[in-house]
Amino acid sequence: MSKTLQLPKIIEDALLQANPSTSRRNFLKSSGALILSVGVNSIPGGKVLAQTTDSGPYTDPDFLQLDTWIVIHPDNTASFFVGKTDGGQGTGTAFRQMMCDELDIAYDKTNLVMGSTDTTPDQGGSGGSDGVERDGWPMRRVAAEARRVLLGLASDYLEIPITELVVSNAIITSNNDPSKIVTYAELIGGRTFNVSLTGENVNATSGVANVKPVSDLNVIGQSIQRYDIPAKVDGSLIWAVDVKLPGMVHARNVRPPLVGATLRSIDESSVADTPGLIRVVSRGNYVAVVCEREEQAISAARQLQVDWAAPSEAPFPASDDLFDYMRSATIAANSASDITGDPDSALEAAEHLIEAEYEVPYQGHTAIGPAHALADPSDGQMTIYSNDIKSYGLRRGVAKFLGIAKEQVRVIYMDGPQVYGRTAADDAGFEAAFLAHELGRPVRVQWMRDEETAWDTKGPAYTFKLRGGLDRQGKLVALEYAARAADYNHLGYNQADTVLIAQLMGIRPSEPAKGRSVTPSIKYAIANQRMTADIVSLPLIWGTPLRTGNLRDPNGPQVTFAFESFIDELAAVASADPVQFRLDLLTSSDEDDLLRRARSIATLNAAAESFGWETRPSPNPQISEPGSPFVTGRGLGYTFRNGTVVALIAEVEVNRTTGHIWVKRLVCGHDCGLVINPAGLSHTVECGILHGLSRALWEEVQFDTKKIKSVDWVSHPSLRHSDIPETIEIVQVNGDPNPDRPDLPHYGAGEASHKPVIAAVANAIYDATGVRLRRPPFRKERVLAAIHAQT
Amino acid sequence: MTIVTLRVNGASHEVDIDPATPLLYVLRNDLELRGPRFGCGLGQCGVCTIIVDGAAVRSCTIPASQVSGEITTLEGLSTNGMLDPLQQAWIDEQVPQCGYCQNGQIMTAKALLNQNPNPTDIEIRTGMEGALCRCMTYYRIQAAIKRVVQGAVVSATPETDQGADV
Repeated sequence: MSKTLQLPKIIEDALLQANPSTSRRNFLKSSGALILSVGVNSIPGGKVLAQTTDSGPYTDPDFLQLDTWIVIHPDNTASFFVGKTDGGQGTGTAFRQMMCDELDIAYDKTNLVMGSTDTTPDQGGSGGSDGVERDGWPMRRVAAEARRVLLGLASDYLEIPITELVVSNAIITSNNDPSKIVTYAELIGGRTFNVSLTGENVNATSGVANVKPVSDLNVIGQSIQRYDIPAKVDGSLIWAVDVKLPGMVHARNVRPPLVGATLRSIDESSVADTPGLIRVVSRGNYVAVVCEREEQAISAARQLQVDWAAPSEAPFPASDDLFDYMRSATIAANSASDITGDPDSALEAAEHLIEAEYEVPYQGHTAIGPAHALADPSDGQMTIYSNDIKSYGLRRGVAKFLGIAKEQVRVIYMDGPQVYGRTAADDAGFEAAFLAHELGRPVRVQWMRDEETAWDTKGPAYTFKLRGGLDRQGKLVALEYAARAADYNHLGYNQADTVLIAQLMGIRPSEPAKGRSVTPSIKYAIANQRMTADIVSLPLIWGTPLRTGNLRDPNGPQVTFAFESFIDELAAVASADPVQFRLDLLTSSDEDDLLRRARSIATLNAAAESFGWETRPSPNPQISEPGSPFVTGRGLGYTFRNGTVVALIAEVEVNRTTGHIWVKRLVCGHDCGLVINPAGLSHTVECGILHGLSRALWEEVQFDTKKIKSVDWVSHPSLRHSDIPETIEIVQVNGDPNPDRPDLPHYGAGEASHKPVIAAVANAIYDATGVRLRRPPFRKERVLAAIHAQT
Repeated sequence: MTIVTLRVNGASHEVDIDPATPLLYVLRNDLELRGPRFGCGLGQCGVCTIIVDGAAVRSCTIPASQVSGEITTLEGLSTNGMLDPLQQAWIDEQVPQCGYCQNGQIMTAKALLNQNPNPTDIEIRTGMEGALCRCMTYYRIQAAIKRVVQGAVVSATPETDQGADV
């Protein structure tokens, strides 16, 4: 086993994208001194690396020091250090573009290190699609500050006033005399800035310099290819699953076979003859086996005989009974209650009263690669190699869980399978650290497929009841929205008292953290409305696989499905075109919302125009070819998320004989303000939509009253190649429709486009068939039953 | 334990293992290859796909001792240091999001094109059906395969060299 805590060279190479420059920490420790530092492009093959030995303690990188964020190398290249992670949406590339623009350096002369707790400032990791929207700002400001400082140094060096200097690609020259020239490297390469920044928190970090106006940005707006992709397609990238350390052993968990069961005893003789067995570890209801080799741990975990006592009460109703249970359950908490105007009188006076109920099941993350982590306890410290998007939280949580100082813990963030929120990567990180702490040697843990699908955190199930009133002209005059979310005890990130290992050990906070039940975030102007959103609990609160946690826009797909389906139902009763009906609802004189509504209208119009939307009410009057089971329809879903507007149009083909749905075409109008990387944005939007399509067509966590029945890709299907549309068009609206207003800032993407998909597909199915589906997923059996119920 | 001989990416390896060990763990942990990854252990998702004698094989379920043919992993696709056209197309189309499944996508596509160099759109969908992606990069995967089928790919990217020792 490793006796000195040295970050393996190959890992640091990977963190620097195979362009090793210098040891970050040694560089910073050599404050002020000229040290041997080599640039990002100067080392063929990336096989040379400065000394990286570092045995802790691991102090927090100081976000108020410019040197924490930016290093200029002697070869006039630069490295950026940011406290974010990139689940593959290209945010790393976007951050580099933003910082390059402000620093005035070419993109290919830089690299970026992300999310490793001892080398990058704590920006919290990722989540909420806010990387570009929020965390990009301090990155831009510190890069602008570095440029300002360099200009000051150049002014002294060249003896020319700053106002007469120009910068291009990290070279500063005189306006008047091209022979007066100096590079960033000549000014500071290999040395530290020693410049303090200000800001009461990392998000507010700033220097003295202003960021550039949009008209001066050049790198921003380019479709630069993602730097991380080549190594992902040639097999050379080192992922968190790939890290190997001397003396490393492999662990697998043994979960209770019945939810809520308690451990009576373990028969260790059942694995006594397992080759490579090192130890069976258990505490409370947490059980794991540790073996020399990975396949040995897998076998031993299956072979281990454990006596579990079944719970006295069912932990939850069966999934088939879930919604009846939720509707009749006692409300555990209220999340929202908002009344505008006089909805009761307006509903009573309405010409048409429309009512509908909707349901959305639990859906899971079900990462393609089950949760994993490697923890190394060498030298009394704890180093965790993980793809957890919130590496800083993992560090703090593990320190608390193990009862050690956080300075003894560091998390090295590395690539891993997709992570949209609070995934089981949190849980695996704690398990690896606990087992490494117990055994005193590096332990790698990875969950098995059934564990991942059954036990990862879930997006909450919802029930909805909506009522709407139309006047004689078909105008919406009143709306009532009542939601219930099964989201009691919503897990936070990396909490030492809510991660799965803690729950199974019996560790828990004094009371659960209630989750959220939310109201729609749309911008319709409705004079009279009542919006309520309540939370209900399942019988078992702790140690359950139906633990809820943030799943990609945690409540958005559910809420937008119900609300945008209902708007479509209202439009149909009003015999109105679904786009026009929404446009009519987006008129208001409310100044505060004027820009948001104007952007919504522009985005809806852009999507409709690109689609070739024919103005007419639903359903589609077109009759299918005689003898053909196929009918087609189009449907719209609109949403507003933080600053981002999405209008998604789906065209579906329904086989009325089999119930099979194929979404043939998707057109997405998308406005997220200033675009950093247009191609990257389109890819992220596209994948967000298709993830939503998977939730619309396939995904549902099924269970009986004892256990989760969704345990693999057969019992829990996901979108496949055959489901993919013929064409997907992303229309980037991106901008204020009013040319007199200043440029919009950069808002987030990813979650926004994920949000309206279920609604758009349901509305398209209605348009095609006249059948309204009020509960996803729209698998063929459900569609066929609804078609039969109609006829 | 038994000595098992494997031919992988043109080289011969002898490993001393339990002969029932799934090939995946031998490739990853004994031969330290990083292309094939664990996804399900059930042969359902394709993340662990390798090519044996030209055909796609799920390395998570097949015992290492039962594989006698020539094994190619993602690392072995490039020739003379240049990427396979499929890999180049994956870069040109900017296919991966997280990338964890892309070994399975590329290797399944390679085996598909070995068998059928000119697949129709339907044949691409059918041939790729067993390769799952949870980032939902399918649309671009299909576009990348079509690029190769159309001969529109020029390999210009040397494979990444990260061959440093731990």
